[in-house]
Amino acid sequence: MNIEAQKKAPIYEALQRFRKQRVVPFDVPGHKRGRGNRELVELLGEKCVGIDVNSMKPLDNLCHPVSVIRDAEQLAADAFGAEHAFFMVGGTTSAVQSMIWSVCKAGDKIILPRNVHKSVINALVLCGGVPAYVNPEVDSRIGISLGMDISQVEQAINDNPDAVAILVNNPTYYGICSDIREIVRLAHKNGMMVLADEAHGTHFYFSDNLPVSAMEAGADMAAVSMHKSGGSLTQSSFLLTNKGVRWEYVGQIINLTQTTSASYLLLSSLDISRRNLALRGKESFEKVMKMAEYARNEINSIGGYYAYGQELTNGKSIFAYDVTKLSVFTRDIGLAGIEVYDLLRDEYDIQIEFGDIGNILAYISIGDRIQDIERLVGALADIKRLYSKDNTKMLSMEYISPLVATTPREAFYAEKEALPISETSGRICSEFVMCYPPGIPILSPGEMITNEIIEYINYAKEKGCSMQGTEDPEIEYLNVLK
Amino acid sequence: MEFWFSERHTDNVELSIRVEKQLCSRQSDFQQIDVFESDEFGRFITSNGDVIFSEKDEFVYDEMIVHVPMAVHPDVKKVLVIGGGDGGVARELSHYDEIEVIDVVEPDEMFVEVCKEYFPDNARGLEDERVNIYYQDGLRFLRTCHSEYDLIINDATDPFGHTEGLFTKEFYGSCFKALKDDGIMVYQHGSPFYDEEEEACRSMHRRVCRSFPLSKVYQAHIPTCSAGYWLFGFASKKYHPLRDMNAKRWNERNIQTWYYTTNLHNGAFMLPKYVEDLLKEEENF
Repeated sequence: MNIEAQKKAPIYEALQRFRKQRVVPFDVPGHKRGRGNRELVELLGEKCVGIDVNSMKPLDNLCHPVSVIRDAEQLAADAFGAEHAFFMVGGTTSAVQSMIWSVCKAGDKIILPRNVHKSVINALVLCGGVPAYVNPEVDSRIGISLGMDISQVEQAINDNPDAVAILVNNPTYYGICSDIREIVRLAHKNGMMVLADEAHGTHFYFSDNLPVSAMEAGADMAAVSMHKSGGSLTQSSFLLTNKGVRWEYVGQIINLTQTTSASYLLLSSLDISRRNLALRGKESFEKVMKMAEYARNEINSIGGYYAYGQELTNGKSIFAYDVTKLSVFTRDIGLAGIEVYDLLRDEYDIQIEFGDIGNILAYISIGDRIQDIERLVGALADIKRLYSKDNTKMLSMEYISPLVATTPREAFYAEKEALPISETSGRICSEFVMCYPPGIPILSPGEMITNEIIEYINYAKEKGCSMQGTEDPEIEYLNVLK
Repeated sequence: MEFWFSERHTDNVELSIRVEKQLCSRQSDFQQIDVFESDEFGRFITSNGDVIFSEKDEFVYDEMIVHVPMAVHPDVKKVLVIGGGDGGVARELSHYDEIEVIDVVEPDEMFVEVCKEYFPDNARGLEDERVNIYYQDGLRFLRTCHSEYDLIINDATDPFGHTEGLFTKEFYGSCFKALKDDGIMVYQHGSPFYDEEEEACRSMHRRVCRSFPLSKVYQAHIPTCSAGYWLFGFASKKYHPLRDMNAKRWNERNIQTWYYTTNLHNGAFMLPKYVEDLLKEEENF
């Protein structure tokens, strides 16, 4: 990485120049630097609405970058050790989908773990790709899906020699990494591409003490949520491509669905956040790691909670662990993660990332202060004191191996009927059911519904998980294939 | 040339004090600390531009937060002061012989140094041999305390700054846990007059009255506070601030005060109607 070059922020600088030119706008957006919408200025401020402008020659165009956006993308590629970087304004969802559509056409197989984000399976619904799942191991105590064990990846490759790619979570929402270097080696040996969902791994690129990043490991593409640990505005993201990938073609795929009015708020936030990470990322993430480690130790000394860390790694299904993640197993105090999540927000004014059946995840980042960590730990101690219960009646989350009956696309578009959830056992689901967050499907289109799954959905609903994905907003009916 | 210090109390109201000179300006890890010399209030100290106390009016605050619970609890041996870095609260506590331990927990060591240098009269309270100073976060200190203290005084004043964590449910819960079965917690309850602070005041009462079986509020007049009007909270596991107040016993101690009297003690719990109403609303929330 060329540090001198990284001090530049081409899009941001172009916007500064543009502001000074005081150009009279006879183009969109119609609010014209906010003059036509005072309330918007009141809400966001002059500075913000002033750079909400349209693509034009001095500011380049995201759909076909030739000047400042291209320069900014090159700097991002250099900072992340990639061959090419695309600035994305449709969330990491759009990066994940473009990545998949770049390698996977109708009927093509893709090997992936079942605990993927819904955007992955959405992409398959739209392109007609066929998922071949690698069954992840589940940690029997904390009940979360782990990474992919190499022997299971090998098995999946042997079972599906015609697959075009392997998708890897690097890391999972909970911070768990597979041995991505070895997966790359196996995949390439068998003529398959490796796509990494790095929605939760931006910081891997800026530390020697964190798991290896996808680009360094030799993966072909990665979707990187700059707006999560990278600090840019919500919805902004990178799609990275490595050597040997025809990035020009990836650009065409992106343009199939990407907006032609990309927001300069998002683009400039990506630009200056990349600069910030390149110049100061390493020390910032050292601090984040220290804070997370401190919080882990403090939470573990309360008793009853288990804030897990590095000790989980086993060289296989948990090849590496992202220590910036603060995941806490709560079931031993008799509370589901989602219950602790609700208590923290409703009673203690603390919003954490998510709660599932047995765990909570607090997101620690470059914006955190130690006094806020003390509040979180203090609140967890107080919750244990006031709300802990007997834990014998709690459901432990087991991995429910999906029975894939048909492809996501066929199931999604098939003739279907809505049935009360209790009557759906044995039928094939045509829609998603998931808790959001984390947004990992419990059921995906094309999967067989079992009693076990129905029991799990009912339990999650009862505990207060926010359920999504079904046509019925109350999740009382499920669409199943006729 | 005139030199004025201004503190914004609301978007539309400022308190301005003409100052002779600035004595000190330092940035700690937690706050910007400034000390000024003025004719009207003597020396005063500010945190991020807000007055913490002045020589002229600190007696009101330090006396009211110490003598009120001390006149109620019959046998205080162990006291915890959270945020009492200036030493004023410890100084008032040092009048009581039965107290054996005064633990002062202050996150900001620089604040203590500045007070020692510029407010020696307050800071001498920290020299009492019963005082132990811990440079630590209050919430963190409390986490490991169980049924240890007879009295906890939360000396932090600002629910929006770096002491934000000391105005939360987790803080009040931790205090409850750290107190003995007949323990008392007193705390800064803010000023109820202006809208923005009223909300903070309400949320404090809402939280405390659900954390402690008994939660009362009392008042004092402090010129440098917002609207010159300040509330204190009295949260207790057992003792009632009026029914269990022992005036005779307290007066026999012959403690020299300038604000507190046992008569005033009773009067301080008699609140204006609008304050009573807003507290009641939060109790029934």
